[in-house]
Amino acid sequence: MNASVAAAWAALETLADPEIPVVSLRDLGILRDVREAADGLEVVITPTYSGCPAMGQIEDDVRATLANAGIAARVVTQLAPAWTTDWMTEEGKEKLRAYGIAPPHRTPAGSNVVRFIAKPAQVETVPCPHCGSAHTVESSHFGSTACKALYKCLDCQEPFDYFKPY
Amino acid sequence: MKPATDYLLHLADNALVLGQRNAEWCGHGPILEEDIALSNVSLDLIGQARLLYQLVASLKGGNCTEDRLAYFRETHEFRNYTLLELPHHGPLSGYAQSSMDYATTIVRNFLYSALMALLWEALEKSANADLAAIAAKSLKEVRYHLRHSRDWLVRLGDGTAESHARTQAALDHLFPYTQEFWAQSPAEAAAISAGIGVDVTTLKADWNAIVDAALGEATLVRPEVGGYVTEGKKGIHSEHLGFLLAEMQSLARAHPNAQW
Ligand SMILES: [Zn+2]
Repeated sequence: MNASVAAAWAALETLADPEIPVVSLRDLGILRDVREAADGLEVVITPTYSGCPAMGQIEDDVRATLANAGIAARVVTQLAPAWTTDWMTEEGKEKLRAYGIAPPHRTPAGSNVVRFIAKPAQVETVPCPHCGSAHTVESSHFGSTACKALYKCLDCQEPFDYFKPY
Repeated sequence: MKPATDYLLHLADNALVLGQRNAEWCGHGPILEEDIALSNVSLDLIGQARLLYQLVASLKGGNCTEDRLAYFRETHEFRNYTLLELPHHGPLSGYAQSSMDYATTIVRNFLYSALMALLWEALEKSANADLAAIAAKSLKEVRYHLRHSRDWLVRLGDGTAESHARTQAALDHLFPYTQEFWAQSPAEAAAISAGIGVDVTTLKADWNAIVDAALGEATLVRPEVGGYVTEGKKGIHSEHLGFLLAEMQSLARAHPNAQW
């Protein structure tokens, strides 16, 4: 890794997600790459959900952070391969839990089970981020944002968001 | 290029029109959770539409932009399925906000999501790499839309006598419009021969399996279909699309080039 690429990574290392500020864009897997193109440095980001309203903000934040660090780089948005919650770092998942959001399970292999199975054979357990209880129920498939579902803990009675596998 | 843009506009218009329709529930949902769910589904759909319009704009070049495609085309230029532009009402109810019918919303979202879960998966292999990338993202999203609408279909269908009757009525009203899925348009035919599009009729058996399994669980009866096949994807729309577009496009047309 040459010096300018390393400097860009260092500048962006702790840049927080605008929606969930306890995790960084790098933790979430949104910041994909910093590379040297023919005409200069390129920072690659990938959108989470197609309609995520934070994407514009994220792009602006990346640009501003690079500018503040005196780094000249282009910001490139890349769709493929599609973002997945499996790219989230373990550290990022732990920060989510501490913040009160249950981190995502791994995406199921193949993922096309929804086609023919009427109901999942076994509903996945989402442990409560507050008390750790596995005794939780889903209240709604969609929580405060499209990427989260709303759950309730039947032990401590607290509601919480679950970051859905994507 | 033309086979690609015509086909992409069909996919984009589907997503935008249904996204706009579902957004009508924002602030009016039957319960708070559903208000939020429908708004989130709309965001996904409008996000998918934006990616597709951006791709069309880049293929067309010149001064074409995603906003130009969404806000400055007329009714007959839209290529969405007629099913998606219908209001949230059964055929015999009024058109007041208060007579919006959640069963109609759920049945439509279910019928469309069941198709798109299959179509996006097939489009991951499109010869157009940009479309394949959009399909891979959209597939992840539509699986949640299908799960949401399917769960509510079962809950309403296998619910009270009132919820069952309204859901069956919504199904009877909307199901004939799904005939349009299987009637190939010239734009689809061109995209299929270019390797960009997917022949939707190859997905029909799987769609039937998803629909029949859910209807069975929901204790609903699959209506017989026949008669007129709508042609929204050829630009021949119901009277409802004009009103939807008027509301959606009025701001951009009143203040062209406005930024906020
Ligand atoms: Zn708890």
